[in-house]
Amino acid sequence: MELLINGKRHELPGVETVSDVLRHFRLDGQIVMVEWNGAIVSKDDYARTVLRPNDKLEIVHFVGGG
Amino acid sequence: MNIRLSDPWERYSRQILFHGIGLEGQKKLKASRVAVVGVGALGTVIANHLTRAGVGFIRLIDRDFVERSNLQRQMLFDESDADRLVPKAIAARDKLRAVNREVEIEAVVDHLSAENAEALLTDVEIILDGTDNFAVRLLINDVSVKHRIPWVHGAVVRARGIHAFFHPPKTPCYRCLFPQPPEGGGETCDTVGVIGPIVDIIASMEVTAALKWIVGAADRLPTSLVDIDLWENAHAAIDISGAKNANCPACGLGRYEFLDERRGEAISSVLCGRNAVQITPYGRRTLDLHAVRARWNALGHVRESPHLLRLEQEGLTLTLFRDGRLIVQGTDDVAHAERLYAEYVGR
Repeated sequence: MELLINGKRHELPGVETVSDVLRHFRLDGQIVMVEWNGAIVSKDDYARTVLRPNDKLEIVHFVGGG
Repeated sequence: MNIRLSDPWERYSRQILFHGIGLEGQKKLKASRVAVVGVGALGTVIANHLTRAGVGFIRLIDRDFVERSNLQRQMLFDESDADRLVPKAIAARDKLRAVNREVEIEAVVDHLSAENAEALLTDVEIILDGTDNFAVRLLINDVSVKHRIPWVHGAVVRARGIHAFFHPPKTPCYRCLFPQPPEGGGETCDTVGVIGPIVDIIASMEVTAALKWIVGAADRLPTSLVDIDLWENAHAAIDISGAKNANCPACGLGRYEFLDERRGEAISSVLCGRNAVQITPYGRRTLDLHAVRARWNALGHVRESPHLLRLEQEGLTLTLFRDGRLIVQGTDDVAHAERLYAEYVGR
């Protein structure tokens, strides 16, 4: 599925939900914040948020360095 | 605007010409007080901008000393600071004094802790994040929520950084977005590396938010959590103005768990990614480093600087600060480090 993630187009094969996208980027288990088409998605909804082609995702991955 | 050469504001002339600041804004900067927690990569860039911009009082808080591996990105330090093991807060203050004598810079060589956080962070109007771990940010966040002091968050690893402005209860707090530190401390600059350019960008965004706050341009403050990846050319921004969590332990329920954490005993912490343990004794103390050195000379190679004592022994490097803090490099075994503390420093 083609998705717009953090401003860049990505073709992600076999991806259906927000959880799948996080897994693809190896962000499952990490502390992230996800916005899907302009609305923040609650962590509990990652697995049941079903994506459609060209959906827009913003994913922020919390990091600790500095 | 006419700016005369003898004008005391001349050094700030380009900033005063900028419509967002002006002479009024410059006067507010001069009257302002800020704290920078952590004077490493982000913190040195932040402190440099704040000093040049003419912020009146800057408190620099850092527990560490300069090492060679810092020089690639920590822009206020040089080789001689690393060779002499100068504490970062002191090295930064000394560099910045030469940049702008009008600014009062206070160097605090200490670990920000539940014991000292309120004393160090509540007499300023904004707190800037130059730290390198989640636990200390959650502590800053507790102070921010409890005392209604805004703080500017920034964090970096690899070529990626994030940034947000928090002023609870008007905005969500850090803990609304992120209730607990990740297991194992998450990724840090010491485990996955970092490049200088992302540090400069995130730190500069932090300072810009602080300037806006100080000059009273609150309507220009960012309302998004921003994520920039310079290597992947990716940029994300999530509007967090509606992300307040009613059940947030800090700003929702008023429980300051990081500020109220165990007090009254020594605190040992693994410095994530550094294969090091820090032991912070309870209460204020001032060690006679000369006396300690006399004992340590028999144990291994010892070096002494005005601020610290360093012992190299059996693959471990022990760095003792005058306030009694000990950093043991070469182990992440807290119990082992505590035994060394009892044996070599004493209670």
